[in-house]
Order: sequence, then structure tokens, then C-alpha cells
Amino acid sequence: MQSNRKITLAIAIIVAMIFFTFFASLNMGYIRIAPIDVIQTLFGFGTEKDELVLFDFRLPRMVIALLIGAGLAVSGAILQAVSQNGLADPGILGINAGAGLAVVLFIYFYQGSSTSLGLDSIFLMPLAALLGGIFAAFLIYTIAWKKGVTPIRLILVGIGVNAAFGAALIIFQLRMDPRDFMQATIWLSGSIWGTNWKFVLAVLPWIFILIPYTIYKARYLNILNLGDQIATGLGAAVERERRLLLVLSVALAGSCVAVGGGIAFLGLVAPHLARRIVGPKHQAMLPTSALMGALLLLIADTIGRNLLAPSEIPVGIVVSAIGAPYFIYLLMKTN
Amino acid sequence: MSLRERNTEETATSVKVNKDSEKINSRPIVATVILFAGLLLLVLSLGTSISFGAAEIDLKTVWEGVFQYDSSLTTHQIIQELRMPRALAAAIVGAFLAVSGAIMQGMTRNPLASPSIMGISAGSAFMIAIAFAFFPGTTYLGLMGMSFIGAGLAAAIVFGIGAFSKGGLTPVKLALAGTAVGALLSSISSAIAIHYNVAQDMSFWYAGGVAGTKWISIQLLIPIALIGIGLAMVLSRSITVLSLGDDVAKGLGQKTGLVKVFGTVVVLLLTGAAVSVAGTIGFIGLVIPHITRFLVGMDYRWIIPCSAILGALLLVLADLGARMVNPPFETPVGAITALIGVPFFLYLARNEGRGL
Repeated sequence: MQSNRKITLAIAIIVAMIFFTFFASLNMGYIRIAPIDVIQTLFGFGTEKDELVLFDFRLPRMVIALLIGAGLAVSGAILQAVSQNGLADPGILGINAGAGLAVVLFIYFYQGSSTSLGLDSIFLMPLAALLGGIFAAFLIYTIAWKKGVTPIRLILVGIGVNAAFGAALIIFQLRMDPRDFMQATIWLSGSIWGTNWKFVLAVLPWIFILIPYTIYKARYLNILNLGDQIATGLGAAVERERRLLLVLSVALAGSCVAVGGGIAFLGLVAPHLARRIVGPKHQAMLPTSALMGALLLLIADTIGRNLLAPSEIPVGIVVSAIGAPYFIYLLMKTN
Repeated sequence: MSLRERNTEETATSVKVNKDSEKINSRPIVATVILFAGLLLLVLSLGTSISFGAAEIDLKTVWEGVFQYDSSLTTHQIIQELRMPRALAAAIVGAFLAVSGAIMQGMTRNPLASPSIMGISAGSAFMIAIAFAFFPGTTYLGLMGMSFIGAGLAAAIVFGIGAFSKGGLTPVKLALAGTAVGALLSSISSAIAIHYNVAQDMSFWYAGGVAGTKWISIQLLIPIALIGIGLAMVLSRSITVLSLGDDVAKGLGQKTGLVKVFGTVVVLLLTGAAVSVAGTIGFIGLVIPHITRFLVGMDYRWIIPCSAILGALLLVLADLGARMVNPPFETPVGAITALIGVPFFLYLARNEGRGL
């Protein structure tokens, strides 16, 4: 067990790192802005150009990175506890694919073209993604249900459902015109494309309501983590809590996917790192995961913006490129 | 069959019976029926596949186009240049994928082992992305080669992860490793594709199925078929023994390592070739061996040829279906086989207690 002081220290260090990365990331990009100019601009004394770049492009995008990083990490932490499988992640389980399919269908049928996204659709898209994610989770849960749900069955069914959504996606994608196709590809591989304060507003409530509520439910996650038998023995209504927590996880993943596309592996890696730092108790682990996810996604997005500038690598690709080897490492270690 | 072989087989059977009260039940009669009836159906469906398309061609003309080719007739040219290579490629690729799946499942005793969930198509797509981005003038043959290398690369990585991980290549681990390697490779290829603006070209290549197959592919596939499927048949008896478990096979004096090496070579050869011609066609390699085992029993000397026939049949029909769903547009045949295969995969996953 980790002591409270150590946990506080760890959280303080992560927060400090977030601040540092945040500030560094503000300087970097296709247009470089010197640190002193950033400070001036933040206090309202910058040039018009700097103000435009910072307030209208860079800041909202970074805030979104922080928000969905936190959201995906907590979603992954819930899934790992609920499925009692340390390798669970909304991306691997097909929830991202479900949300992704819903959004592509939404663009395909409702919008006609992704280049003309109106205001209403900014707020409708998280909803579409959410519905898609819930639908995927519902499918996975019902198919895996057989007098209860075993973790392995949940994962395997998730992989299968993922493949089905992938097949459906490719059918629709190939019918799009090349511009929309490119747009959809970038979005699906995980890209923060909403560089706009309205997108921040669209995800903010989800994150700020659901994460605290999950932390409030932390003790159930602790119990579920012990396995079904012990959980039932301790008097928790296992299936009911599991379902509720699953819905929370899907709601978080769905709303994040709507703005950030299919970012895989973040929900896997962040909780793992958090668990290493503060131990398995969810009261401490969930907030640490959230911070860790926010930090990782901010770093990944900064890399994605700068590595091949002026062309951007979608953040999801950066996360996969870093996360997949880590996942493989975990896979080789676990029995 | 020599006496020694017969003895070995009997021992194998009795060991198996003692071990988990399940015996090698092979049904040679059913298998023979499948081979002949399947071949007949395959020829019929090839004919149908050739006759169906934007220009309707009746079966009589198909016959003439194939056997009494007259280069002055447009229909005969369509048959020879477009329809025939496509139909033949579907048959060969289907057979390749099914045989690969059968060998993998037999060797690893893992009911989920199959080309499509091992990140192989992502590996192929990765090399194709490199080809499109950095060597834009690559010939069709060059692309095939690249794709072949990529498929082999991915399979080697996934097998390697299995070999180096604690507890070996369990079904769940295989599926997860395949997913992770696939995600890694496809994330890199997306980065390349986005940076060099070749994303849709790539998707068309690896979702395209057998639509644009040329004779040169068929000419390459035939020797691979002879070598690969021939070697698979040579190995088939050893695979039957191996499918009883490593310990049993070793106890019977089998050099399991050697069999696995050759088995892996066959798998890489066949899947690499299949993916390089037809791109991502999932689930045939998963579904067909299961169906075949259900029909003909556990003897791989029957399973391998029957899988080949049934796999060929399924892909020819799926390709026909891909053209009929929404003409004149083509639905990616990989999507069709996935939509057929996924329910089956889910069924296997649900019964994970029994099969895995």
C-alpha cells in the first residue's frame, strides 16, 4: 500500500509536468512564439497575430487534449476493473469503432460532406458517437453474456465486434469522395480536429460530470477488481454496478471519440502507469489516471503537431506508435 | 501406409483417447464427397462468376471464351482479360487462406489462429504505404512483392511475441498481440499515407479484393500453390499428430520443432501470396477450417484438401456477392467475408470455455 504522502507527491509532480508541457507546447508549432511573447499574450499584451494563434488555435486544442486524455484514461481504468483484465481499453474492445462508425454514418448521411460541418453538428456529433459507443458496448455485453460475463469472453467478443464495425466502416469510407475520405481517415486514426472553443464546450460537461461521479463510485471498482465471487460475497450487486460503470466508461469514451477520433491505447497505458505510481486503490488511482492521460495526450499532440510540420500527424497515431509497443511489452509479461 | 506408420497412428489415437476421451474421428467418405462435389460446385461457380458482370455473358459464351478463344470478339476478350483472372484469383486466394488457417489452428491448437487476426494485412498495408509514398513508380509485381514481405514481417512479429512471452501463445494472447501489432503497423502506415497523401490509393489496394487481378498474378500464384499446398499435404500427417498436443507429438518421436518451422514457412508463403494479390480478406482462414473439421473429422490429410476446396468456393461466391449487392459499385469482398465470419468468430468466443 502506498502512503498518502507519496500519492500527494506523485500527483503534484504530474500536475507540475502538465503545466510545464502546457507552457512548452504553447511555444511550439508551425509558427513559433517565444516564451516571453506567450506570457505577454496570455496577459493580454500580445500582437494580434500571436493572439490569434494562441487563443483561437492552440489553446482550445490543447485544452481539448487535456480533457479527452483524462476522459479516455478514466474510461480505460473503469473497463480494466470491470473486465478484471489489465489489457482492456475502449479502443481494443470496439467501443471506439462503434462510436467511429456512428460518426462516419452521421457525416455520410446527415451532413453529406464533412467539410461543411455546421454548428449544430458540433453538438450532435458527440451524441452520435455516444450512441454508437453505447450500441457497441450493448452488443458486446449481450453477446458475451452467458449466465454472467467472463473477462476473456468480453475481450474476445470485443475484438470480434471491432472487426465487424471495421468492415462496415470500410464499406462506407470507400464510397466517400477523396476529400471526405481523407478527412474520415484522419479523424478515425485519432485527431483533435476541433480547434475551436465550441468543441471544448461540447466535451467539458461530460468530463466534468462523469469523472467525479466515477471517483465517487471508486469503492465499487475496488470490489469488482477482486473478482466476481468475492464481490458477490461482499454484498455488492455485482451485475448492476458493473452495468452502471460500463455505461460511465462508454459515455466517457464516446464523448471523447466524438472530438478526438479513435485514439487507441491511451485508455490502456495511462491507468497502468497510474497503478504503478499510486497502487491499485481506485480512490487514488482514478484521479492519477485522469492526470496521466491528460499529460500523455498533451505530449502526444505536441509531438504530432511538430514532428512532420507543416503536415500534422494525428495524435492517435502518435499514441498508437508509443502505446502499442508498451502494450506488447505488458502482453509478454503477463501470464 | 507402412506398418510403422499405422502403429504410430494407433498409439496416437489411444493416447488421445486416454487423455481427454476424444478420438481422431475421420470421415473419409464425407471427405471424398466434399472433394468431388466441391470441385464440381467450384467449376460451376467459377462459370457463374465469369458470366456475371456489367456485360451479361451467357454460360455458353463463357465456355467458348475459355476453350475456343476468338480474339476478335469483345466478349471473349472480357472473359480472358478481366473475368477469368478474377475468378481464378478468388479461388486460389480462398484456398490459400483456408489452408493457412487450417495449418495454424492445427499447429497451435488454437481455434482462433488464422491469417486475418494476426496483423498480417496491416503488415502488408504498411509495406504498400511505403511503396506508394517513396517509390511511386513501383510496378504491379513490385507491389505484390512488397506486400508479401510486409505480411511475412507482421506474422513473424506476432509469432515472435508468442514465442517470447510467458505462458506461450494462448488464444487471447494471440488475438491481442495481433491487434496490437496491427495497430502499430497501421498507425505508422496512416502517418505515411497522410503525410504523402496516398491514403485512398492504399485503401483501395488492400480492401480491393480480387477485382483488378491480372494474369501475371495467377502465373505467380500457381507455382506457390504447388509448393505451398504440396508441402502442406506432406506435413498433414505430422500436423494431425501435433494437433493432439506438443507432449503427445514428442512422445511419439516427432521432431515438433521441425514440423513447426515448415508449417510456419507454408503459412507465410500462402498468406503472403494471398494478401499480396487480394489484400485484406478476413475470416476465411478462421471459418473454413472449423467447418471442415466439423464435416470430415480431425485428420489433417483430409482437412487440408477439403479446406482448400471449400475456401476456394466461399471466396468465389463472396466475390460474386460483392458484385451483386449494389451494382455497379463493388462492395469490398473483405467486408463481405468479415460480415459472414464475425458471427462465427463470436460464436467461438462465446464458447471459449470449450474450445479455447
